[in-house]
Amino acid sequence: MPTYRDILTQTCELLEPYAKGRALEEGTDLLNHVGLDSIQAMEVLLAAEGRFDMSIPLNVLAEVRTVGDLAQQLQHLLERR
Amino acid sequence: MLDNLRAIAAARQALLNEDGVSPFGTVVEKVISTTEGILDGRRTILAGTNNYLGLTFDPVCIEAACTALRNEGTGTTGSRMANGTFAAHTALERELAAFFGRRDAMVFSTGYIANLGMLSALTGRDDVILIDADCHASIYDGCRLGTAEVIRFRHNNPEDLDIRLRRLGERTARTLIVVEGIYSMLGDRAPLAAIAALKRRYGAWLLVDEAHSFGVLGAHGRGLAEEAGVEDAVDFVVGTFSKSLGTIGGFSASDHPELDSLRYASRPYLFTASPSPSIVASARAALGLLQGRPELRKRLWENAHGLYERLRDLGFALGPEPSPIVAVMMATPEEGLACWRALLAQGVYVNLIVPPAAPNGGSLLRCSVGAAHTPEQIERIAGAFATLPRV
Repeated sequence: MPTYRDILTQTCELLEPYAKGRALEEGTDLLNHVGLDSIQAMEVLLAAEGRFDMSIPLNVLAEVRTVGDLAQQLQHLLERR
Repeated sequence: MLDNLRAIAAARQALLNEDGVSPFGTVVEKVISTTEGILDGRRTILAGTNNYLGLTFDPVCIEAACTALRNEGTGTTGSRMANGTFAAHTALERELAAFFGRRDAMVFSTGYIANLGMLSALTGRDDVILIDADCHASIYDGCRLGTAEVIRFRHNNPEDLDIRLRRLGERTARTLIVVEGIYSMLGDRAPLAAIAALKRRYGAWLLVDEAHSFGVLGAHGRGLAEEAGVEDAVDFVVGTFSKSLGTIGGFSASDHPELDSLRYASRPYLFTASPSPSIVASARAALGLLQGRPELRKRLWENAHGLYERLRDLGFALGPEPSPIVAVMMATPEEGLACWRALLAQGVYVNLIVPPAAPNGGSLLRCSVGAAHTPEQIERIAGAFATLPRV
């Protein structure tokens, strides 16, 4: 099982194509700083699903605002698998 | 408070031109016929209305509506659970059940409400809903109103659906797969035979929203499930009266006896007023015409093929297959807006679709044709497209 730090690193990698050079950190706001729109958010989820070989329920998005929130949700789902 | 709305107001202002004509606030100043209206002061062909069988001005439907209006009044002023169920509502439900060859049917006040009412009440906390990523907003919103876990699969991709079903393990017995007969943006059909096979293999459930395919696909107009020969794999059919039947309202039909109990569990069914008598009457009349006049479907498809092929020959990038929804893809929202205005100036109204509803950051000029369009109108629509600059 990957650690939270591993997942955070991989989450940043997944977000990098959308960050347009902006720094990505644990507290970075996905909407206001990365500027993800709804379609891009879905693309990121699809990429994460492929990388971790799991389905991500849309319900978890309600709890996600920052890069760290997303990594945490991914960790919960990986643990539950 | 209101930050979202201020952002929307600014974005909308950017789309207005000097004369204030907006693609998202179009007013039909006068309705001339099923296929024509006055827009922006100009006689215009309506090529973006979903009026697939062209029944909005059918004398049989109008007469039925007028009779109901005179005899039963302008509205029911109540919910189906209280005073809002008239004999005609239950008659319409029986007629829909008979048409789809199902045990029972339920009528909702709109198609949007039908999806809200079905998806939120069919499933509970321990269930999973697997939806095609391109499903309509009403399906997404129905999922949000409920408590089930919601997972998307890639659009029209049975292999991806297979992977996600496999990941669910034993939970597939509590999983509802949701797809549409014809998708509203690109006009493409779901690969329903393959999806039905997966549903059977994994012991899941299947709901098909036939909003754009009811009256359009299948030898009898029952939709994609009929055309694909998999009606027995579909647990719940959902549809709307606001397209082929030319009025407003929604429904679900099913063989599962539990459908009747949904009437007591579905909040979007319980807590809104039932359809007005004139609406129910015209829906019943149109359902009769849908069955009695198969030539309407034939004309619809002649027009659909006609426009699709003309626009394809002109070199436009279109949706993947001919359908009554002909989606013309534009590279950018700005190009789409300029072309939408150019079409309107030539007396042709289509829908402009921008991101996120349009794919890949582009835009769509979404045409929809109906049985009531004449070959000359189809030619005029294609002729207006022919004048657009090609990128």
